[in-house]
Amino acid sequence: MEERYEEALNRLEKIAENFYEQLEDGEIPNMKVPTRSKSNIELDRREGVWKLGDSTTSRSAKKLKSARMLLRTLYMLELIQDMIEEGKSSTLREMYYISEGWDKAKFNKQSESDSLAEDMELVSGCLREDFKLRPEEDGARLIGDITVEEVNRKGNVRKINCRDDVGDSGYTIPYNVESDKVNFTDTNVDFMIAIETGGMFDRLVENGFDEEANALLVHLKGQPARATRRVIKRLSEEEDIPVVVFTDADPWSFRIFASVAYGAINTAYLSDFLATPTAEYVGITASDIMTYDLPTDKLSKNDRKALEQELEDPRFDTEFWKEEIETMLDIDKKAEQQALAKYGLDYVTETYLPEKLGQMGLM
Amino acid sequence: MASIAEELADKQQEISVGEFFERNKHILGFDSLTKALVTTVKEGVDNSLDACEEAAILPEIKVEIEEVDEKEYRVAVEDNGPGIVKRKIPEVFGKLLYGSRFHEISQSRGQQGIGVSAVVMYGQLTSGRSTTVRSKVKEKDYAKEMDIILDTKKNEPEVQREEVVLWEGKEHGTRFETIVKGLLRRGKHSVFEYLKNTAIVNPHARIIYKRNGDKTVFKRATDQLPEETEAVLPHLKGIELGTLAKMAKSSDRRTLKSFLKHEFSRISYSKSEEICKKAGMEEKTNPGDLEVEDCKKVLNAAGQVKLMSPKTDCLAPIKSMLIKKGLKNVLKGDHPEYYAPPVTREPEVYSGNPFQVEVGLVYGGDLPKDSSVRVLRFANRVPLLYKKGGCATTTAIKNIDWRIYGLDQKGGSGMPSGPAVILIHVASTRVPFTSEAKEAIADIPAVVDEIEKGLRECARSLRTHLNKEKKRKKVRKKFTVVNDILPLIAQKSADLLGKEPPELDTSMTKIMGVVYVEKEYSWNNGQCEIKIDIMNYTPSDRELNVFFEKPYPETELLSSNLEPEHNGDHLEWKLKQLDSSETMTINLEFDGGLEEEDLEGTDVYIEGVGETKLIGAESLPDDWDIELAEIEEVD
Repeated sequence: MEERYEEALNRLEKIAENFYEQLEDGEIPNMKVPTRSKSNIELDRREGVWKLGDSTTSRSAKKLKSARMLLRTLYMLELIQDMIEEGKSSTLREMYYISEGWDKAKFNKQSESDSLAEDMELVSGCLREDFKLRPEEDGARLIGDITVEEVNRKGNVRKINCRDDVGDSGYTIPYNVESDKVNFTDTNVDFMIAIETGGMFDRLVENGFDEEANALLVHLKGQPARATRRVIKRLSEEEDIPVVVFTDADPWSFRIFASVAYGAINTAYLSDFLATPTAEYVGITASDIMTYDLPTDKLSKNDRKALEQELEDPRFDTEFWKEEIETMLDIDKKAEQQALAKYGLDYVTETYLPEKLGQMGLM
Repeated sequence: MASIAEELADKQQEISVGEFFERNKHILGFDSLTKALVTTVKEGVDNSLDACEEAAILPEIKVEIEEVDEKEYRVAVEDNGPGIVKRKIPEVFGKLLYGSRFHEISQSRGQQGIGVSAVVMYGQLTSGRSTTVRSKVKEKDYAKEMDIILDTKKNEPEVQREEVVLWEGKEHGTRFETIVKGLLRRGKHSVFEYLKNTAIVNPHARIIYKRNGDKTVFKRATDQLPEETEAVLPHLKGIELGTLAKMAKSSDRRTLKSFLKHEFSRISYSKSEEICKKAGMEEKTNPGDLEVEDCKKVLNAAGQVKLMSPKTDCLAPIKSMLIKKGLKNVLKGDHPEYYAPPVTREPEVYSGNPFQVEVGLVYGGDLPKDSSVRVLRFANRVPLLYKKGGCATTTAIKNIDWRIYGLDQKGGSGMPSGPAVILIHVASTRVPFTSEAKEAIADIPAVVDEIEKGLRECARSLRTHLNKEKKRKKVRKKFTVVNDILPLIAQKSADLLGKEPPELDTSMTKIMGVVYVEKEYSWNNGQCEIKIDIMNYTPSDRELNVFFEKPYPETELLSSNLEPEHNGDHLEWKLKQLDSSETMTINLEFDGGLEEEDLEGTDVYIEGVGETKLIGAESLPDDWDIELAEIEEVD
């Protein structure tokens, strides 16, 4: 058995041992879980990423809801133990279905079981990959002149150039992108641009923007999966490639940028591992809406609420973001990336991006 | 029985009316097609209930509605009342404002309507048909059947057919059948709703409703007839000028002084003299000679004289137990979780008229959670279905901030919402209606105030119940933890470590942290057995004193597994030690005759554990000992 799995087993057993000893001492079983909320993230100045603070939440069997969570923890622990011993893995969704058979410990929704898996990473200090758990969705896609070495199912190393050896949809990022599985060899790009929507990613591919600007195109697919963020982070650090993020102009897209650059609140304990603090936001900004006179939609009630929350979010506590968020609230409008098509299909690659990237010194 | 029917007939006096009513359908309650059907049934049912009660008969009332044409219905109402003597039938059914109660001041349903003759008139106006009436008194072997219409010009009945018929299987009773224009609807203004609400406040009645072949029976919930209401003389301070003038005109008394003394309540000769003097009238004036101006003087004078408040014992409230029975009988399909003990307020007086307010409240179960609270309004046991917005009952409800009692209410004013039904009954010798249509009670401050007080009493009971329920819910959750979840946590963690499951008692008591008391009743050969389980789910051993209140002082304890000390109405056990996580059971057997209702509100009291750590029992009230001491002194 690999060492990382051996270690995971040991750490998980500690959790069970903890409960057992509490009961033996006549105490009420409880587990301390670091609090995952906006109020408990702090900036790691050295790393430039937002990490989890020190506050913890006690989950005690005194209350029915948390007693159930403790029992679920033990069931999940048993499942992971079995998977490691049998050399199997499962998706988070599969685990949720397996839990259907856990009787009094079954979950009501998948978000509950996903969240508990994250808690277990936190408490044990392991990664869910160590638990043989992987997300349902694939990582997203890459196109550009870099070469990847990937260990395939048969254990052979394959070299793939992400521009020449792939089809129009590019190289698909696997769920495990650690060095035992994926490594980068030749990288001949000046920067990478992470794009929120598939439509815009395909537009840039069709317009040949990767070759024209000598860029690596990364599709984020909405809120990016861990593997996507991990790839961005590794390319940025190991290959020293600057990162820019290109999204819609609305509060939810701002959060996509924040999770790429600073880390997500839910997985702040993994920020060291996933966040790329040097990433920059290229657009679309609220000011772009006015500068480029883009077609817009009115902000919904929820949009406004989200923006107001962002004003309280420590990750957005910078001059740039405060101004952008307040501008958006002022003009009461949002816009999609595709809104640039107002000026023609080539406008984004011939005018908008060159102008914006030019200001950043990347083009 | 004939004597009662005769007596009623003698009391019937003629009252002048006119064609006026033909043009004023809204006053009669026929202003919409839906309402016309309700009013038709209501006039019949109110009459029937009044007649049965005066003759001390448990009412059984059949209501039949059948569609005969578009917007045309055959309506029949049949009762088992004393019946009407032959010569009076045309007048009861064919003469407007002809009734036995018009000069009488008493709490009766009849106050509410114009009389069943209005139905006859409405039928002939809308369908062109006469009304068929059949009535039988006990003494006769046969019934009389007549087709009646009303000559609205003369206000006289016209009998179109008269026959003697045999009424199989009927000892006594009255039935009428008429065809009217109308619209049969569902919902809160329906005949069904009217009958259902009638059944709630008349639990002594059995009401059968047939509607186009569908049959609903509102069963009788009690064999107890309402207390007889006493007719009282009017009080001079509550009377209207017109009524006073009318009474004076028709009085047999020869002097004003004796008229005031004998035809009004609470007036002595000396008071009468005082009034005459203040009014500047001769004591010897013949009441028949009084002009309206004179009557005004008398009323003014009465206002300046100190008079005793009217008697209030002329009212017959439904009373707590029967309100509860009525509500249970009709609402049991909704499985309410709680019936607040209904409140019967003491009688009060508004401008010379005695009145009494009763309030009931039902909560939870399948009652709809998201809509406004349902309000059942009654005046003298008659449901009020219309003009809710302008009713004193609504004003009183809106005056209360229901949020503190556990119901939702936007901004703490307006109608509350939540799974509740509120019943309000106003009984009076003269219910203060807002208009002649008698559909809503006027906002008289004294009346609103009484309703509000009654509502608050019920609301407080609800709050107590909800708090207890909340506490119980919390404990039930903890039971789930210690019974279901904790053993599994122990088992799983032991399995994962390859060890034996640990002992759980101490952890369990720490989670529960309460003394839990459970009471169970069962009946065996008519004898009531009560089982009381006392479980010490706290981490410490406890010395507990347990008290049980006997439902009645005379209830005899037949046996008990633990010998109690008898202490007045209470049984007491001193449990020297109940160890942590141990359970103690007390079994009691009481002498027969106890029913579930007798046991409602009997509590177990426990001394030796704080109130917050006690579930399912009451902690001993502070004044317990004082109470006992006082009883000893009296002895």
